[in-house]
Amino acid sequence: MWNYEKRLEYPVNIKTPNAKIAQIIISQYGGPDGEMGASMRYLSQRYTAPNRTTMAVLTDVGTEELAHLEMVATIVHQLTRDLTPEEIEKSGFAPYYVDHTVGIWPQAASGMPFSSSQFQSTGDPLTDLFEDLAAEQKARTTYDNILRLVKDPEVADPIRFLRAREIVHFQRFGDPMRNTVNSWESRRHFLLKKTSEK
Amino acid sequence: MSTMDRNKMDRNAMLQQINEVSFAAYDTLLFLDTHPNDQQALEFYREMSQKRNSALEEYGRLFGPLTMDCTSITNGNRWQWIDQPWPWEGGAC
Repeated sequence: MWNYEKRLEYPVNIKTPNAKIAQIIISQYGGPDGEMGASMRYLSQRYTAPNRTTMAVLTDVGTEELAHLEMVATIVHQLTRDLTPEEIEKSGFAPYYVDHTVGIWPQAASGMPFSSSQFQSTGDPLTDLFEDLAAEQKARTTYDNILRLVKDPEVADPIRFLRAREIVHFQRFGDPMRNTVNSWESRRHFLLKKTSEK
Repeated sequence: MSTMDRNKMDRNAMLQQINEVSFAAYDTLLFLDTHPNDQQALEFYREMSQKRNSALEEYGRLFGPLTMDCTSITNGNRWQWIDQPWPWEGGAC
């Protein structure tokens, strides 16, 4: 069961709208390495996690990703407030605008819609944990790319916070991954291996 | 009845109470979103919310924390969050 806290994990206060930047940032809402895929990946994988510690990490990181999703949406929303028709035209925002006006919709910067094919949940603890470690690095890379393209400090500041969290999550997933590797000889994993070889 | 069975029964009963008062509070929350001045609903929400908070605290003390705000989460100088079953394990939850 979840409860909502009426606050952002880290503040977002953008005063200058910029539809060009918004189209880049939206990738971390619904893009291939975005926060929606991140939260759905971890929250889906936790049911077949090998132990309660891994279940805790997947639940708690997956929950934080929902908070990141809200931060990214807030950034896009504040960047697309009070736009004039000229600004929409000039910034290249028209293709998004025609379908969604300034509503928040999960897509990649390229326009590709969000899809669960952007993440895996395999039921194999080791496969899932390696995917999770890779996912945190991919998201960190995307935030690095955003920071190269975006200079507005009001936008870059919360993006730097989100980037730092990817590194922390990578570190947190490292422990369950190493524990799973070390327990590979245990009966549970032997059974898992046997089942998958049938 | 063994102590373990008794313990499990108490645990299930307490969890059932948390489910009931939490659902009542949440359902009232939805109603209050569109009826923010309904005095009867406000009073009912206060009552359910208070029951929910004390039941969560009591459950945490006896069987382990259900939220990060439960004070029992650090009991016994150990992080209790990972010691009890997760809801999908089909145990006490």
